[in-house]
Amino acid sequence: MTLSEVTGIAGEAGNFQVTVKEHPRYVDMDKCIACGECTTKCPKKVPSEYDAATGKRKAIYVKYAQAVPLKYQIDPVNCIRLNKPGACGFCEKVCPADAVNFDDTEKMHQLNVGAVVLAPGFETFDPAKNWTWGYGRYPNVVTAMQFERYLSASGPTEGHLNRPSDGKEVTKVAFLQCVGSRDEHKCGNGYCSSVCCMYAIKEAVMAKDHVAGLQTSIFMMDMRTHGKEFDRYYVNAERDAGVRFVRCRVHGVEPEGDSGDLRLHYINEEGRQVEEYFDMVVLSVGLQIPDYVKELGAIAGIRLTHDGFASTSDFSPVSTSKPGIFTCGVFSGPKDIPQSVMEGSAAAAAVADSLAPARGELTAEKTFPKQREVGGEAPNTGVFVCHCGSNIAGVVDVEAVAAYAETLPGVGHVERNLFSCSQDTQEQMTQIIKEKKLNRVVVAACTPRTHEPLFRETLKSAGLNEYLVEMANIRNQNSWVHSNDPTTATAKAKDLVRMAVAKVNQQESLEPISVPITQKALVVGGGIAGMSAALNMAEQGFAVNLVEKTDKLGGNALLLGHSWSGESIQDRTRKLIDTVHKNENIVVHHGFEVTDAKGFVGNFTSTIATKDGLEKTIEHGVGVIATGGGALRPSEYGYGSIPNVVTALEFDRLFELKEHRAANAKSVVFIQCVGSREGNRLYCSKVCCTHSVQSAISLKQEDPTRMVYILYRDMRTYGQREELYKKARALGVIFINYELHGKPSVSVENKRLSVEVWDHILHRPLAIKADMVVLATAIVPNPDGEKLNKLYKISLDGDGFFQEAHAKLRPVDCATDGMFLAGLAHYPKPVEESVNQALAASARAATLLSKTSVSLDAVKAQPILENCDGCALCIDVCPYHAIDLAEHPVGEDGMVHKYITVNKAQCKGCGLCQGTCPKRGVAVQGYTMEQIASQVEAALAV
Amino acid sequence: MLDTKKLGSVMVVGGGITGIQTALDLADSGYYVYLVERSGAIGGAMAQLDKTFPTNDCSM
Repeated sequence: MTLSEVTGIAGEAGNFQVTVKEHPRYVDMDKCIACGECTTKCPKKVPSEYDAATGKRKAIYVKYAQAVPLKYQIDPVNCIRLNKPGACGFCEKVCPADAVNFDDTEKMHQLNVGAVVLAPGFETFDPAKNWTWGYGRYPNVVTAMQFERYLSASGPTEGHLNRPSDGKEVTKVAFLQCVGSRDEHKCGNGYCSSVCCMYAIKEAVMAKDHVAGLQTSIFMMDMRTHGKEFDRYYVNAERDAGVRFVRCRVHGVEPEGDSGDLRLHYINEEGRQVEEYFDMVVLSVGLQIPDYVKELGAIAGIRLTHDGFASTSDFSPVSTSKPGIFTCGVFSGPKDIPQSVMEGSAAAAAVADSLAPARGELTAEKTFPKQREVGGEAPNTGVFVCHCGSNIAGVVDVEAVAAYAETLPGVGHVERNLFSCSQDTQEQMTQIIKEKKLNRVVVAACTPRTHEPLFRETLKSAGLNEYLVEMANIRNQNSWVHSNDPTTATAKAKDLVRMAVAKVNQQESLEPISVPITQKALVVGGGIAGMSAALNMAEQGFAVNLVEKTDKLGGNALLLGHSWSGESIQDRTRKLIDTVHKNENIVVHHGFEVTDAKGFVGNFTSTIATKDGLEKTIEHGVGVIATGGGALRPSEYGYGSIPNVVTALEFDRLFELKEHRAANAKSVVFIQCVGSREGNRLYCSKVCCTHSVQSAISLKQEDPTRMVYILYRDMRTYGQREELYKKARALGVIFINYELHGKPSVSVENKRLSVEVWDHILHRPLAIKADMVVLATAIVPNPDGEKLNKLYKISLDGDGFFQEAHAKLRPVDCATDGMFLAGLAHYPKPVEESVNQALAASARAATLLSKTSVSLDAVKAQPILENCDGCALCIDVCPYHAIDLAEHPVGEDGMVHKYITVNKAQCKGCGLCQGTCPKRGVAVQGYTMEQIASQVEAALAV
Repeated sequence: MLDTKKLGSVMVVGGGITGIQTALDLADSGYYVYLVERSGAIGGAMAQLDKTFPTNDCSM
């Protein structure tokens, strides 16, 4: 439901009545075919929201070229006709589909739902609110989102980096960090927005690809690249791409006369006042909750923080203060894309938990008529040539293409359609396929990426196998790119149709493969992540086997005190352990490790064993890897040889027990990044800054006369944790920044510790007398990863953590289908992110567990046994580990013959095997060598 | 106490990358989903980005 907003929520968990107001679009979604005629004729130009006002759109427009739904809309504020009846109205006149409707009205919907998920997102801070940045006054000061649009090929300058004031190519750009974040004075947003450091580095690096020799400088207080692979990108940006990082917050931008250049005043790292000129200044604007989202919070009746974020617990990070209403994304705190996607899945898990008994009650499977057998029939191919309004027909002579198609071998029927994809044409096509007894279909229209699923459905409705269709893309790859050359475009359209016919004539019916699913899960690791995933799946009604190597559940949580927001990890973990033990759907296997695994999605068999050799076999459809991580045992700063140098976890224990060293300490020094962000461990451990700041606060609160120092490289109290950093500073904790080339040193002088560090503000070395030195040590991956990697074919990254299938879009899935990741096994993270990822893993697992079988695409590799001699070349190239080598028993010739077998559940039909095989011993159905060859021959036939 | 019957439908408010993920996961596990979006098309802020950090993948 687009152009819609929630205006009321009544009822309670399990049964809400939601009122949704749908604003008029003034374009009939069923009729609009997104041809764009209306926009071309619309005379009204306004700044485009999508381009962050760097470009223009019309009053009738589509948000962006790839928008879903791809339907135009009229902006009632700017439309001439809607503001002055009788005027303009060009769009209505030119619309070939009769879709424009100026009489459209607002509609109210009453909907009953069992749960509500609020994922309303954010707005970026508007820097025009404060004059010091010059935004809105100097044209070459832009926001990061505007800069993003300038860099984009679909943006206003098609990726050319010219400055707005005079179109001059940009040669020197400055990025100012923390505009609208970490700043209560100018904007009231005290928190860190958690994403700006990353996008600024990315933009600085990408911009260099757009302009040779471009100089980019990032002015920042701390570089907060705390996520997976983030620090490596930061290091490469500085070292390889030559991005300059300056540790200084710049407070204002001034113009240099009328030149368009901009002047920055700042203090450089030697402590000198410097003046520098730039062509362009990019403001790295923060994220904030818009007023309409705060209103939505009020409508939902949920508690918000003082910054307007939804208030949640670290142990139930997607649950709001109101049962049945959940939240995810930036609404519950600033976060980046992978975290948001993870949380999106986590919210789904939490909903599924609350509504488990009602699963499947309101959904229905679509049914189709019985398939007609076409094997053995000579091709009787139907060709449907689409005009796509004027999109194709305006360039290509579609009549000539249709006439030509009739001459092609095997073609029994040709039609032209104004819009092949429209509902009425679909019905006509179904009828024609039946009447003319067509057994193959070519649709010469647009791209299979968006429309093949639709035409496959059409074939199914007509009783044909869905794989008997081929699309010839005569729009995107033809009429759009050759719009100036109709003759050639028409010739190319004929070529494309001829190729498609040649291919489809050799196409055979393919049956989708159905794989049964064992509706049980295996969770490896009984820490917070493993328990949370197990519990959520169990609450959804699925049987779970939870395997824990040690003799008790809890993992690292047993060693931790409080989450960043102050919740007791001990209490919550004990409760979680208790709930897990009481849940009838969970079987906990203490003292067991996975020793063997076989199978594939839906059908895994794992063997688990104790140290004494006791073995059990578990059948499961999905697996969640939550094997955790550990703390590094450091080998620097005198650890192990100087008694009062301890790790953060050791210090927590001493402090909690009021052990005399911690209790009587008058001076405590924390050293950050011990083992993280250097050498071969080039990643941030993410939790240590917050942990040390929390410990420092506790020390200061217990005894304000204590001296507490934190020696850090970048203070990474990201998101709403920034509040802790502020509090620590207010309590008098002293923060001293050090660089990797000037690490602190610890020595013993007169029985007291002395920590020496270079102070960047005083520009001199400091010697701090200390009673205790606390080392914030790195989180290291669990060494068991190697073993699980081999057993389940789930890969590890270079740091030894498990690799997700896609950094942004599939952050909890493994590349192996049916296997999921959660917690420290994936990357260092705090409690609430572990719980989020665990819930997300459960939601992803539930998409499989909720079905008794999974149906897979039929395009799979098929061994051709008479050609295959078992050379195994294909096994090496298969990225999905889908091919195995098998042996025939000894034949009459006394030799052992080898051949390959393909596991169709694992095969993705990519075709690498077919391309590699020197003997044609394997073919991908639907893309056989014969089909490709006939397509190539057809291409070369004229 | 009267036990209100739970409904197998869910409303997701917001059609950015987060809401889309929630809607897909719920629909794929047997729930009827209403995805409510304030603007004319789903996609949210991610659709405005050129490339994504740290892989430099196309954001679209």
